[in-house]
Amino acid sequence: MANNETILNVENLGVKFDRNEVLKDIGFFVQKGDVLAIIGPNGSGKSVLFRALLGLIPHSGKIDWATGLKLSYVPQKLNIDKELPLSVEEFFNIKSGNHKKIVSVLNSVGLSDEGHEQGHLARHLLKQRLGWLSGGQLQRVLIAWAVLDDPDVLLFDEPTSGIDIGGEETIYNLLRKLKEERNLTMLLISHDLNIVYKYANNVICLNKEMICYGIPSEVLDPSALTKLYGGEASFYKHEHGHHN
Amino acid sequence: MGIITDTLLLQLTVGILIGLGAGYLGSFMILKRMSLVGDVISHVALPGIAVSLLFKIDPFFGAFGALFLAVLGIWLLERKTEIPSETLVGIFFALSLAIGILITPEPELLEALFGDMTNIAMSDVLITVALTAVMFAGMAKIHRGLTLSVISKELAQSTGVNVSKTSFLFLMMVALVVALGLKVTGTFLMGALVIVPAAAAKNISLNLNRYTMLSGIFGAVSGLAGILLATRFGLHPGPMVILTSGAIFLVTLLFKK
Repeated sequence: MANNETILNVENLGVKFDRNEVLKDIGFFVQKGDVLAIIGPNGSGKSVLFRALLGLIPHSGKIDWATGLKLSYVPQKLNIDKELPLSVEEFFNIKSGNHKKIVSVLNSVGLSDEGHEQGHLARHLLKQRLGWLSGGQLQRVLIAWAVLDDPDVLLFDEPTSGIDIGGEETIYNLLRKLKEERNLTMLLISHDLNIVYKYANNVICLNKEMICYGIPSEVLDPSALTKLYGGEASFYKHEHGHHN
Repeated sequence: MGIITDTLLLQLTVGILIGLGAGYLGSFMILKRMSLVGDVISHVALPGIAVSLLFKIDPFFGAFGALFLAVLGIWLLERKTEIPSETLVGIFFALSLAIGILITPEPELLEALFGDMTNIAMSDVLITVALTAVMFAGMAKIHRGLTLSVISKELAQSTGVNVSKTSFLFLMMVALVVALGLKVTGTFLMGALVIVPAAAAKNISLNLNRYTMLSGIFGAVSGLAGILLATRFGLHPGPMVILTSGAIFLVTLLFKK
């Protein structure tokens, strides 16, 4: 899976908000083509880690990205309401005015018909208000927006809610497809252990510090999960078994 | 309708430009969920005007100074809490209006509150043209980043937008246009010219292009029609401008999307 070229090296990473230590002693590396999952309970610092990796917040320690990489980010959600007068097309135009490319990227995230009316759905969708999209559509649009300028690395923050059951796995199939097509390296924040087992080749268990780090099948043992989630770990897994 | 005099022509030019600028900026004020701030921001100008009258300097500078401080305060609040604390802003702006009313010399009070365009000169028009042009040029540079930071601060930052700087520049432009517009509508109502045309445009717009453009046009039409009606019926132009924008708002409600 990996091409043995290290593109991110993190050592001793720490983040403090005021005097509150939110991340402590984080260290890991990512190779080209990796899919690294980051899991942990709410408030464990997963999104903070992303923001630090993107260079948006001050931190201590070392974050070394290989030079010349283009990073793209898919946020958990947008701060929008139904009334926001912004069309999907205008949202894309903030990044690029290339209409053909926008339609093609919508195609590749599955937001258009492949039949004789190719591109019809994409064109219809482009005229819609961003706030009118369903949770699943919005997430695909966000992914399309992120890959529009051909990034090398995609940082994907999984929404905790808003995606219908069953929709979630399709999103990961889509991400896997995009990864293969576009030779992407991916960092995923996930809340779902099944997703991690299925799609990631490396995992970080995070709860302000690193509880585990390595290949999912090796490091995600019951003791690590109990340490990470407390008593709810087994329940967490069990519950998901019902959904799928 | 009477003969269009030179003064009226100057008044109309200023009124249209101020309406255009205030309306356009207002569309982003509403996007930033700052309707209340937009609506009452002009109240802060009154103590500034009073101070400049006391020191016999051009009231524009006093008003802009006061607005600059207010905008700085809002910007700092916004950095701290993401959403400006509405109650605090409301209280602070009402208090500055109260103080302004007390310290403004009585003869100038009415003019400061409701605007006065009777003595408008060519220089006023030139200043308005130049500064409105500066504002639109600035907005052309920042409007994409501003829009993106409204949708998601992190997304904006991740694409290299300096969210804080963008917001500051935007609020400065609001302060500038509001200070310029005080001649037209006065401190009491200038904020309404920022919010009402934009609220009307939002009612009937599905996309941003149309929304921001209509906001500007509604503002300009309010300026034009308000001043013409006021001249025709011998009324104060400021309230007529705002009432015109209010009438546009009511009409757009019928076609709300």
